[in-house]
Amino acid sequence: MEEEGQRAAVSWDNSTLAPVDRLRSDRAESPTPGLVEGTEPGAGQKSAMFVHAQSFEDLTGETEEEAQTDAELDKSEGESAEDLKVLVSEKAIEDQCNSISTESRSKEEDVSSEAWRSHRKHVFVLSEAGKPIYTRYGTEEALSSTMGVMMALVSFVEAEKNIIRSIHADGCKVVFLTKSPLVLVGVSRTCQSDKELLRELQYIYYQIVSLLTLTQLNHIFQHKQNYDLRRLLAGSEYLTDNLLHRLDRDPGLLLSAVTCLPLASSARDVVSSSLQAAKAKNLVFSILLAGDRLVTLVRKKEQFLHHIDLHLVFNLVGSSSSFREGEGWTPICLPKFNTAGFFHAHISYLEPASELCLILVSTDREDFFNMSDCKQRFLERLSKRSAYQALKEALKSPTYTVAQVGIPELRHFLYKSKSSGLYTSPEFPIMYQSDEEQERLMGLYQDLHSCLHHPSRPLRSFYRCSEAENLFAWVTSGFELYLCFSPLATKALAVSAVNKLLKWIRKEEDRLFILSPLTY
Amino acid sequence: MGENLPRVPGAQLHSSHSPIRTLRAKMVLLGSSGVGKSSLALRFVKDEFKSASPTVGCAYLTRVVHLSDVTLRFEIWDTAGQEKYHSITPLYYRGAHVALVVYDISKRETFARAQMWLNELQKQYIQGSTVMWLIGNKTDLNQERQVSVQEGRALASDKGLLFTETSALSGNQTTELLLALAHRVYEGVGAQQGGLSEWSVTAQAELHHRERFNPVASCCKVGP
Ligand SMILES: Nc1nc2c(ncn2[C@@H]2O[C@H](COP(=O)(O)OP(=O)(O)OP(=O)(O)O)[C@@H](O)[C@H]2O)c(=O)[nH]1
Ligand SMILES: [Mg+2]
Repeated sequence: MEEEGQRAAVSWDNSTLAPVDRLRSDRAESPTPGLVEGTEPGAGQKSAMFVHAQSFEDLTGETEEEAQTDAELDKSEGESAEDLKVLVSEKAIEDQCNSISTESRSKEEDVSSEAWRSHRKHVFVLSEAGKPIYTRYGTEEALSSTMGVMMALVSFVEAEKNIIRSIHADGCKVVFLTKSPLVLVGVSRTCQSDKELLRELQYIYYQIVSLLTLTQLNHIFQHKQNYDLRRLLAGSEYLTDNLLHRLDRDPGLLLSAVTCLPLASSARDVVSSSLQAAKAKNLVFSILLAGDRLVTLVRKKEQFLHHIDLHLVFNLVGSSSSFREGEGWTPICLPKFNTAGFFHAHISYLEPASELCLILVSTDREDFFNMSDCKQRFLERLSKRSAYQALKEALKSPTYTVAQVGIPELRHFLYKSKSSGLYTSPEFPIMYQSDEEQERLMGLYQDLHSCLHHPSRPLRSFYRCSEAENLFAWVTSGFELYLCFSPLATKALAVSAVNKLLKWIRKEEDRLFILSPLTY
Repeated sequence: MGENLPRVPGAQLHSSHSPIRTLRAKMVLLGSSGVGKSSLALRFVKDEFKSASPTVGCAYLTRVVHLSDVTLRFEIWDTAGQEKYHSITPLYYRGAHVALVVYDISKRETFARAQMWLNELQKQYIQGSTVMWLIGNKTDLNQERQVSVQEGRALASDKGLLFTETSALSGNQTTELLLALAHRVYEGVGAQQGGLSEWSVTAQAELHHRERFNPVASCCKVGP
């Protein structure tokens, strides 16, 4: 194992998508001349970025702050460990019998059972009054007393003028995120850092805000502290469930980036310009997805879509079959853009059985027919060109194998171009085909990611040998790279592989990334 | 079983193109989540049944029905029954020519909810301008029935609406319902001055602009 310190700690989820000029001064010198941010493989031309962080929280560097208070947290650990035992080993749950569950959630699970307790990661959401709002496993009713204990913990520590961040005990980590009017609690047996767990809780918070807006949440709880928010979230639990599943599986959520459908740049440019031409007064973003991959994104000048918001859109579209029939029209809050209001999204597939889903985001709730008209114009333009055929062809091979890269012993990798906020990764090789193995590999990447982005001791590169694989990670101001080798690989081989891989990505970048993003 | 609708002579769902007028009819589906609104809409549009996830926001579908002397283009707004979307539903029932209020015959609470929808609708409508229909869906679940046909019929006649029981799953009464709706809306609303507008491809956007009422009401402003 070898470590290289990095002096200038840049908070990762800011640095990735924030404008170049704002962060350049914070950055350490790039270790590889010629690979400065903006010129790395996959970086867009004209240094224009299609997704871009520009929200209040990014400007104030919220996660940075959280990292700093990490030090304080350790102090409170001793005292809270006792309370945690209560929480973790709670057996008698009185309220169980008066549960009035009318919803037909398939997560009925005995919350006093060993199986329930042994889940790798629990997530709970409660109101500040301690009312249960969401649990990943089991039902909220059955857990109301557990949630009560959690709330007691939160308020106990808050009364001491400490904000409770995390408790470590019994191989179990409990992380708290207070986002008034909600409190989110993660209980994890994984080796993820507090920071990573907090990031996941933040995602869940944004998921809820995206359905209701923060303004509405505040309004509700100001009027009625004791409000049962499950009423308003009823029927949407599956979105949170799926998002949690994605957090365990999707490299994009880990890297704060999205991946593209591999497509010849000539075809992609035609798709983008057809979308660009189909504009309307209140249209802010036009997004074309192929399953979980981005085909292109066209945005209004000066308006940027944050990767978190884009992932929430991916999650919404990917979790619901309701957009399959007809045209969907729904209010959606993009919390990284604006927590106060709803956008209105026109969501429809290009063809009945197609994977291609078009999302047109407007500011006007009366804009349905205008959006529908934009879609028609886009389709008319597109179907006149051969690009549509090329696009449909590309759908048949939405990914590539690591063998195509031609690096011996390399099994898998993740490469993220920081300035474009896009990443590329080959399909999982056969030994990682099963769900368990995929999650294990993702777990390894998460570990590497935690080490590289450690709040107080970030690393620039990291090599680790484990039983089943050797891993190498490298971060520069331009990119982040995570490689998984067979155990036969050596460190020297890993290092030489990096150059080879970067060359290959450079050669393929036209196809794997969006190099010329457009605006209307 | 629900009330059987008579098969209407002279009406066909699929007929060859003829130079007769096409009129637009706005239809809205209302009711609790899970009662089968989207499933009914899919029956109307494709005569298919598929289980799908709950509607997000609203879904828009169209279906053309040919009557003997006119063609109706139903523009169907399939609303989401989930409570969080309740506040936006007025957008969809505003100006509707047909309002279908749906409940699930195997779930009593959806029947209570249907009454609420009826009350809300009746505050908005002048008798005669909208065809309102109460629908008890899921007749295939007769074994688990919680709302009797008599109750459904009584509520409908009390409020002066039409009533049908359907099964989106089996397709029982769904085609008949669509045809009956077409006749009702044409004879009732269509006969009135300015009742139904004529459909042409270009008319779409214009009509929409006419329907706008308060552009300031949309809450999200774009800007830094
Ligand atoms: N047995 C039976 N099931 C039905 C029938 N119609 C719909 N369903 C089922 O009921 C469930 C809900 O149907 P949807 O059509 O999605 O209900 P909805 O009213 O659109 O619900 P929201 O979109 O949430 O408002 C699905 O699982 C359907 O398969 C029916 O006639 N009989
Ligand atoms: Mg529905």
